[in-house]
Amino acid sequence: MSVPVLEMKAISKSFYGNQVLNNINLTVNKGEIHCLVGENGAGKSTLMNILFGMSVITDTGGYDGDILINGSSVAFNSPKAAIEAGIGMVHQEFMLLPGFTVTENIKLNREDTKPNVFSRVLGRKMETLNRKKMASDARSALDKLGMSIDEWVPVAGLPVGYLQFVEIAREIDKENLQLLVLDEPTAVLTESEAEQFLTVVQRLADSGISILFITHRLDEVMAVANHITILKDGELVRSGRTGEFTIAQMAELMVGRKVETSGRISSEKREKAKTKVLEVRDLAVDMPGERLRGIDLDVYEGEILGIGGLAGHGKIALANGVMGLYTSRGQVRYQGIDVPLNNPREALNLGLAFVSEDRRGVGLVLEDSIANNIVLTSMQTQEKFLKPGPLKLKDQKQITAHALESIERFDIRCTGPEQIVRRLSGGNQQKVCIARAFTQNPKLLFVSEPTRGIDVGAKSRVLELIVELNRMGVTVVITSSELAELRSISDRIAIIYEGKLSGILAPDAPDVEYGLLMAGKSLEEVGIGERQTN
Amino acid sequence: MSHVKKFVARNAVPILFAIVCLLGVYYAKMPGQFLFMEIVKRMARNSFLVLSLIIPVVAGMGLNFGIVLGALAGQIALILSTHWEWAGIGGLALTALLATPMAVVFGMLAGTVLNKAKGREMITSMVMGFFANGIYQFVFLFLVGTVIPFENEALRISTSPGLRNTVNLSRIRGALDNIWTIQYGFTKIPIVTFLIIALLAIAIWAFFKTKLGQDFRAVGQDRHIAGVAGIQTDRNRVLAIVFSTVLAAWGQIIFLQNIGTLNTYNSHEQVGTFAIAALLIGGASVTRATIGQALMGTFLFHLLFVVSPSAGQAIFGSAQVGEYFRVFVAYGIIAISLALHAWRSKSLVKASMEEDVSA
Ligand SMILES: Nc1ncnc2c1ncn2[C@@H]1O[C@H](COP(=O)(O)OP(=O)(O)OP(=O)(O)O)[C@@H](O)[C@H]1O
Ligand SMILES: [Mg+2]
Repeated sequence: MSVPVLEMKAISKSFYGNQVLNNINLTVNKGEIHCLVGENGAGKSTLMNILFGMSVITDTGGYDGDILINGSSVAFNSPKAAIEAGIGMVHQEFMLLPGFTVTENIKLNREDTKPNVFSRVLGRKMETLNRKKMASDARSALDKLGMSIDEWVPVAGLPVGYLQFVEIAREIDKENLQLLVLDEPTAVLTESEAEQFLTVVQRLADSGISILFITHRLDEVMAVANHITILKDGELVRSGRTGEFTIAQMAELMVGRKVETSGRISSEKREKAKTKVLEVRDLAVDMPGERLRGIDLDVYEGEILGIGGLAGHGKIALANGVMGLYTSRGQVRYQGIDVPLNNPREALNLGLAFVSEDRRGVGLVLEDSIANNIVLTSMQTQEKFLKPGPLKLKDQKQITAHALESIERFDIRCTGPEQIVRRLSGGNQQKVCIARAFTQNPKLLFVSEPTRGIDVGAKSRVLELIVELNRMGVTVVITSSELAELRSISDRIAIIYEGKLSGILAPDAPDVEYGLLMAGKSLEEVGIGERQTN
Repeated sequence: MSHVKKFVARNAVPILFAIVCLLGVYYAKMPGQFLFMEIVKRMARNSFLVLSLIIPVVAGMGLNFGIVLGALAGQIALILSTHWEWAGIGGLALTALLATPMAVVFGMLAGTVLNKAKGREMITSMVMGFFANGIYQFVFLFLVGTVIPFENEALRISTSPGLRNTVNLSRIRGALDNIWTIQYGFTKIPIVTFLIIALLAIAIWAFFKTKLGQDFRAVGQDRHIAGVAGIQTDRNRVLAIVFSTVLAAWGQIIFLQNIGTLNTYNSHEQVGTFAIAALLIGGASVTRATIGQALMGTFLFHLLFVVSPSAGQAIFGSAQVGEYFRVFVAYGIIAISLALHAWRSKSLVKASMEEDVSA
């Protein structure tokens, strides 16, 4: 047996006295796909950040233990050192510069250059960028991933699914890559895209690159992993070859109790309501890469309406358009009142709430506390959590009490309501986003990718909470890349194809029908005939 | 229609100033020839300094008073060159050469300090400017002639310590401007000076097409992400400041060869404020600045400067009011844009929501 590409030995780490990793051992061989699974906050990202020399680690006192690459001991004190050793990483949060183009991001700090008069004297740093070569490299990396997006558009405003592919394109463009860390790369991808992505990962592994892969989708683990390591609360609970576990066992080891996987959460068939709360007419939304090209849709009072479709077809744009976040045309009426488009403030004032798929972009204020993040929107648009009086002082007591309640309700793993959000694990940040929307007490709630990055145990909890809110009279429009998730709680599911409504299906409609609508075929066309769902 | 709207929204500040300037020009009723002469002179004098601010802004270090340190380096070199009686364009070039290593050292010091005060670069660099000014005053007002022997009639009055208040730079006055001029009406246009400014503009433009320029842009957008990509952010930031102090040193030398006298203790004082104000008036922000904005801003700012006394006289019956107005404008614009910037980064969520809409 040859020397492993990576060995991590007895790794421990604590943040400000809070131990988050304890004596972790991990070995990855050449060309192996090693999956790392565990609950939100188990320490997966922290372990990977240690490997990659991230400043969160070095600035908080480093770590204990040894790391060996190809048998020789290393200690990366910066990402630069890790990159030079042939390690690549797709981080849980996007690491793309919004003002740079797709090409510039893919080639960031690995730009192709050509010499000029000055560079001959002043050194390589003064060489001119070879934009043509950069663009063609970027193009071929994107093509390998089956991405048709233009390589010269700026990254700002691209939908999150695209950002993810751009990140992956950046990594596969690296020539000296020998170990690739993927921290939840598939969280925002639809099943078919994730599948496509996994084939790419498999191909990379076959070409000899080792992969460390973090995901909360356990079926993906089963599909590609050679080896699995399970973390819980910073401890290694089990490590073994893929064949040694079933999905259910894996989930149980992660969470520490039996987990019910999928299945329908709200099982009762409900009477369809008669009143329309939201009427969308000919809505076009100019969201780059997710354009909506004129859609008519009614949302009925008290229902849960699912919005599905492949990435790039515009499903995400619906909520963003109605909420005024992207330039839109058309008409939206909420309870008979015209919703002014392109005006987020007005939409919030009308009692609409939104959990964005882009939690860092429009969701969270990272440097602020959990408590303040949870109450922020309610405080701004509804003047809740303020002391009576003209000064509008914050009612800290009420805020803390509410935050504590939310932390409990959403099972946010943290040190307390005052912890700043940046210091939460990715999945726990997502829970804060959802808690904020719930706090608004909306009449109509839009949630996009609510379980993105959330572990198997907490996932059904989040979905249950959405159903619970719905049963209290809140109409919900849920957008998700995971069809199974939509089918588990929705009353109806609208499928978007190429910016248009492709059709509406019942949650228990057969898979083929979903497949057809997502591929842009109408059901009549193939002789199935529209069902009585609309 | 929406294109026009977007254009106006993006360029609100320069448009507003253009209108104020037009009003000023209208009320001041200055002869066009005179106005043209003043503007040409001031553009030649100041553009270089304003351009020297672009690099640190793009590298994410904000509107930086680091250029004050550069200006000081330029002045120290000028004092020495006067002492050694360097003259003409050769003397001027030698002076610039002499200023360069000093500006590099100052820039490295400033950059190192600013790396310890990330996110607060503007105020830190301002304080640093004051501090450097203090040392400069101490050296040239007190040490020179007492601790440091320095005998030179042109520079010192031998009965008291320190340099003279004003130093006549007659040996290099106009050394650059007068190499080649074109007469247009009353105005002598200093062609070589403008060529040098054009050269700098092209150099900055070309610089941002190099690997190092790209690194600066990346660091300016997001330090963290640039760092994760393996770019050495702190080093790049220091380098950006060094570039700007060196350019500012040269800029100050060009400025003073045009003026012809060095106000030993005040010439550098307003360099930072005025350059920053000009850049902001051109439509730049704390995080974005282009060559066009720098040049447009220099033009508008100095147009306002020229016309405001007469306009003040015409409108308020007092030239003094006009004088106040232009100082008020210079500081006011800085204060407002800083407040705007702070407000934007505070209400992150709102800002990003609104930006999305306008994008
Ligand atoms: N910068 C930080 N400062 C303090 N604590 C931190 C910091 N980063 C992470 N933590 C804590 O470390 C623990 C592990 O977090 P980590 O991000 O590694 O979890 P994870 O397994 O990646 O979870 P997820 O699946 O939600 O991404 C959490 O309790 C988190 O609050
Ligand atoms: Mg994580």
